[in-house]
Amino acid sequence: MSAAPSRARLSGDTHPLTYRIQPDLQPLDIKAYEAQDGYAALKKAIKQLQPGDVTKLVKDANLRGRGGAGFPAGVKWSLVPMGADAPKNKYLVCNADEMEPGTFKDRLLMESVPHQLIEAMIVAAYAIQARRGYIFLRGEYIVAAKNLNRAIDQAKAAGYLGEKVCGGDWGFELFVHTGAGRYICGEETALITSLEGKRANPRAKPPFPQIAGLWGKPTVVNNVETLSNVPHIVLRGAAWFQGLSQGKSKDAGTKIYGVSGRVKTPGCWELPMGTSAREILEVHGGGMQDGLQLKCWLPGGASTDFLMPEHLDLAMDFDTIAKARSRMGTGLLTVVDHKQNIVSVVRNLEDFFARESCGWCTPCRDGLPWTHKLLQALERGQGQNGDLEALEQMTRFLGPGKTFCAHAPGAMEPLQSALKFFRGEFEAGIVKPATQVAA
Amino acid sequence: MSTANLSSTAGSGVIKLADLNAQGLAAVAAAPFVMHADDAAAIEHETHHYEDPRAASIEALKIVQKRHGWVPDGAIAQIGALLSIPASDVEGVATFYNLIFRKPVGRHVIKICDSISCYLTGFDDVHRAFSEKLGIKLGQTTADGRFTLLPICCLGACDKGPVLMIDDDTHGNIAPGNIDSLLERYV
Repeated sequence: MSAAPSRARLSGDTHPLTYRIQPDLQPLDIKAYEAQDGYAALKKAIKQLQPGDVTKLVKDANLRGRGGAGFPAGVKWSLVPMGADAPKNKYLVCNADEMEPGTFKDRLLMESVPHQLIEAMIVAAYAIQARRGYIFLRGEYIVAAKNLNRAIDQAKAAGYLGEKVCGGDWGFELFVHTGAGRYICGEETALITSLEGKRANPRAKPPFPQIAGLWGKPTVVNNVETLSNVPHIVLRGAAWFQGLSQGKSKDAGTKIYGVSGRVKTPGCWELPMGTSAREILEVHGGGMQDGLQLKCWLPGGASTDFLMPEHLDLAMDFDTIAKARSRMGTGLLTVVDHKQNIVSVVRNLEDFFARESCGWCTPCRDGLPWTHKLLQALERGQGQNGDLEALEQMTRFLGPGKTFCAHAPGAMEPLQSALKFFRGEFEAGIVKPATQVAA
Repeated sequence: MSTANLSSTAGSGVIKLADLNAQGLAAVAAAPFVMHADDAAAIEHETHHYEDPRAASIEALKIVQKRHGWVPDGAIAQIGALLSIPASDVEGVATFYNLIFRKPVGRHVIKICDSISCYLTGFDDVHRAFSEKLGIKLGQTTADGRFTLLPICCLGACDKGPVLMIDDDTHGNIAPGNIDSLLERYV
């Protein structure tokens, strides 16, 4: 993980999420965190703001979900029942199940500034008046689990967690819940089902988790990076947050962008929202490795549509990338170089999605392995006439609205865009009539 | 089986996979399961973090697996009893999550990331090198019971691809040329 430690000292005014990260990426303990405004936002919220004020700040700041969907966090929070008639048990859950292929930002935030997430969760829980929170952390993040648990212990000892947060009359307790694998756990409702100790099948919406989530109680699920922004918004204000994107985008804040694949300096960096994909790839990622050219790229994970070199100047924000018929997703680019066969690349992606289907609904459970088989045949030059049409049919049958959750529609995004941009490479995998005769 | 019953068997008869070779794996699978008292206590402790004790089922399986290397058949019913849920529900959970092993595995489990970024940076070569070095395919265990080789989805360290985990350690920038020195660290 490289949070640009080699650059000059970052400022909290411009790089709120990462300015505290030490060059060696070792976690800040509570003393060092407090020395850099740590827990100041929590104290401000508890002592000066009503819960509704915090939600309004986050709404006014236009903080959109960094887990990939871009849903406004403040709007999500404002759907939670509040007041005397609200259910006594409400929950805040952090989605720390970072498993979207090509995504490696939440790991950095949890390993290196665990207190930022802890503080963020306490502030967010205060806003919705939750009494208990869980960090749903993927099982493979061993270091993050250790660092978060140590930070929770320190926060408890300092009075930031417990029966009386900061000596007030509101109490909050927080647990790290580690998973045992399966990509589907990152889907909001599947995550809740998994947290309840069941197979991670998604749930129908409505009811939305804000009304009936964990154990049927009002529950807010937010991504690590989304939550990590909250203390800074409370401390510095909504207008400051809006200004962070420096006019590059109508979306607000910074974004942890990154790039992986065969580039010179892969990594992730906190940059203004709306930074161009070209700047991320060429300036921060150092460009393609010598001898390689950019063939295409995924803007933010395996479940986003491919874009082409001519799209590199687009601003990386939710609406701009959507207009180019893809999604920003998690905002970490995966670049494909010209030596890769697109059929093999898509076969790898669909292998992943087929394996990670939870099996709950038929189109996904049966359609994804079939898709994978068709691609495997094309990759081996054993494709049949009609296979491309079958794949195109898949992109419709497994598309939005046809399946129980967004898993299969996500799987179809790289496939449909690859078919659009590189049809010839797919056609080349169909057995030639002459070969059939010879065989 | 009650918690009290489990506690009374403290320290007895826990079979560790590390003591056995691959030929002994079948014997391990057939051996009666005894839950360690510390594990039963740890599972009981976990249940207090949740409104419903069922929520501790995944952690319970992980606690058992940490001691035994895998989750033996007998553990399923005992976890069910501890959490007051049917054994079939525990088995449903155990077989859903890929980090829970319902078959014996080697002393060290190698999990190679086969997702897109690692695929683009050399998964095929790394996978082939491990397969040839260990003489096993993905999903198999070496005859000496030392290593199990598994695929895993994106490990969130894509800037260091190809990436893999051995037990709890994450290793990045893996090249076929450096796997010998890596494996030497896991005896």
